[in-house]
Amino acid sequence: MTTVALKPATMAQALTRALRDAMAADPTVHVMGEDVGPLGGVFRITDGLAKEFGEDRCTDTPLAEAGILGTAVGMAMYGLRPVVEMQFDAFAYPAFEQLASHVAKMRNRTRGKMPLPITIRIPYGGGIGGVEHHSDSSEAYYMATPGLHVVTPATVADAYGLLRAAIDSDDPVVFLEPKRLYWSKDTWNPDDPQTVEPVGRAVVRRTGRSATLITYGPSVPVCLEAAEAARAEGWELEVVDLRSLVPFDDETVCASVRRTGRAVVVHESGGFGGPGGEIAARVTERCFHHLEAPVLRVAGFDLPYPPPMLERHHLPGVDRILDAVARLQWEAGS
Amino acid sequence: MTVMEQRGAYRPSPPPAWQPRTDPAPLLPDAEPYRVLGTEAAAKADPELLRRLYAQLVLGRRYNTQATALTKQGRLAVYPSSTGQEACEVAAALALEERDWLFPSYRDTLAVVARGVDPVEALTLLRGDWHTGYDPYEHRVAPLSTPLATQLPHAVGLAHAARLKGDDVVALAMIGDGGTSEGDFHEALNFAAVWQAPVVFLVQNNGFAISVPLAKQTAAPSLAHKAVGYGMPGRLVDGNDAAAVHEVLADAVRQARAGGGPTLIEAVTYRIDAHTNADDATRYRGDAEVEAWREHDPIQLLERELTGRGLLDEDGVRAAREDAEAMAARLRERMNQDAPLDPMDLFAHVYAEPTPQLREQRAQLVAELQAESEEGTAR
Repeated sequence: MTTVALKPATMAQALTRALRDAMAADPTVHVMGEDVGPLGGVFRITDGLAKEFGEDRCTDTPLAEAGILGTAVGMAMYGLRPVVEMQFDAFAYPAFEQLASHVAKMRNRTRGKMPLPITIRIPYGGGIGGVEHHSDSSEAYYMATPGLHVVTPATVADAYGLLRAAIDSDDPVVFLEPKRLYWSKDTWNPDDPQTVEPVGRAVVRRTGRSATLITYGPSVPVCLEAAEAARAEGWELEVVDLRSLVPFDDETVCASVRRTGRAVVVHESGGFGGPGGEIAARVTERCFHHLEAPVLRVAGFDLPYPPPMLERHHLPGVDRILDAVARLQWEAGS
Repeated sequence: MTVMEQRGAYRPSPPPAWQPRTDPAPLLPDAEPYRVLGTEAAAKADPELLRRLYAQLVLGRRYNTQATALTKQGRLAVYPSSTGQEACEVAAALALEERDWLFPSYRDTLAVVARGVDPVEALTLLRGDWHTGYDPYEHRVAPLSTPLATQLPHAVGLAHAARLKGDDVVALAMIGDGGTSEGDFHEALNFAAVWQAPVVFLVQNNGFAISVPLAKQTAAPSLAHKAVGYGMPGRLVDGNDAAAVHEVLADAVRQARAGGGPTLIEAVTYRIDAHTNADDATRYRGDAEVEAWREHDPIQLLERELTGRGLLDEDGVRAAREDAEAMAARLRERMNQDAPLDPMDLFAHVYAEPTPQLREQRAQLVAELQAESEEGTAR
């Protein structure tokens, strides 16, 4: 038996590697966006691609998000696999009409004749001290748009595996990159990087019997930290990393909640109309008789993303999660 | 040394010399829309082409009246007629080679049919049995686009991809005057010019965006003038002169195919009918204006030219009308048959593989249909 050499790597490195490997494996894969060429993207995720594959395959576009995604639609129609970069979460909004009216619907509109294999990479979420319009968590908009897959990695291995899977997918994928995890290090086997669960499967990151934390993307490490802290209170928390919001893995989530009988959904985006409401409803519908308490949500507040000096008060942190866990000792009438 | 003396001593280096990126003069459209019919240029037009254009115009007009009639019978949910604009529709389709692509807007059914798409499948969207009835790859026609101008960047991307692959394919994108105000119009033209993509943009300026006249839509000298700002040529053409529209489009297509980049063409025309059968055009325009444009009818213009030059006689006119009647009869007959509907189509084409959630919902619909049919049997 050979021993696998696990090496430390950052999520950013894994994403770059995934793009490079995808481009090397398939000449129809094209990377495009603002600053993705010689600069390598503002987060350097496309670093070196223009040099290695040429600027025809890693293209700096004019600064226009609707144009970037709209031209990607035409390129996909002609047999290419565009991977577009929306530089920051809130910069993607001008492209929303292309996303909702065409990207998500073209397969459906044409009775399956014209699928669009487009990957839309969006660095999202807060926690990096960005000024306004640089920290939005807009996943609820994408989840509410049928025809799109919505995935988000929380680990280095998933960043690689999910991005390769997104690019290989014959359907459009909104690939949400938790930007505050870009520089998080993890051990990873770069010689055999694609050892992850398929898109659409959630993963139990930590097992426990007292309650389930259901989370994804940037909130996964926060939940793991909360689970560690909860041990002092006698709570053994299970942490489920969704990895994919669409399709949604009811099976893994519900299996966990049935074991623990209690659940908290944790995410950065606002709670009202947010992903947590959908998840709590699904869990309640499927696991009602197993629940010892209502499904709770720990989310960002229902306000525009705050300025960087206030963001720590907005982002769900360990204390807020532990408070929710404490509230799970719910009694009828309370 | 005083401050003023210091200032006097300050000698900034001059800015680097500024040069325009492109000489704007050759990009500017002519002052008047280009015309062929009724001018000396007509003598140079290919008689065979003129006859083909004529036959297609007559067919197109009849298609418009038949489709409008079908809305009154409830066979179509809605129909945006292109009566008066047939020359643009026909010339657009005939200016393309088979390998080229057409990106139509919702009013461009005639161009779609002239590309060879089945006339019934071209109406699927408006009939309401699905969104796009035809296979876009069969005749290289993108789905009819209802959102305005959003199909223009698709045309640019497709043309760009074709060029990257080494194919000499041209994309033609059609849009109305109102659509030129949309952001996607700007982004598409800018991308096309920067990438020198083989695309032709055809604006059918029919005077109104539903009810809003051009004067409230733009302050530009003409819509063709907008091209200059992107660094591509703008061309102005009489949109009711089929020979002129074809010539200008064919030139632009040739130039794009040869690597000469995109062109923006404004065809000045008029929508004789209302926006759709659901619109009341008398609320925003007068009869005199409509009558003046009826005098400039695209079919009459071409018919006069052809008969005047002995290229068409009464028999020829009758033959064209009979062909159109036969087409209308076939269309009527086929549209009067109920469209076959399969409720399972609802779930068939959302994703390559349905999500678990859609599989559950599909099972729910199957159960509902089963119950319905059992109830029907029980009665």
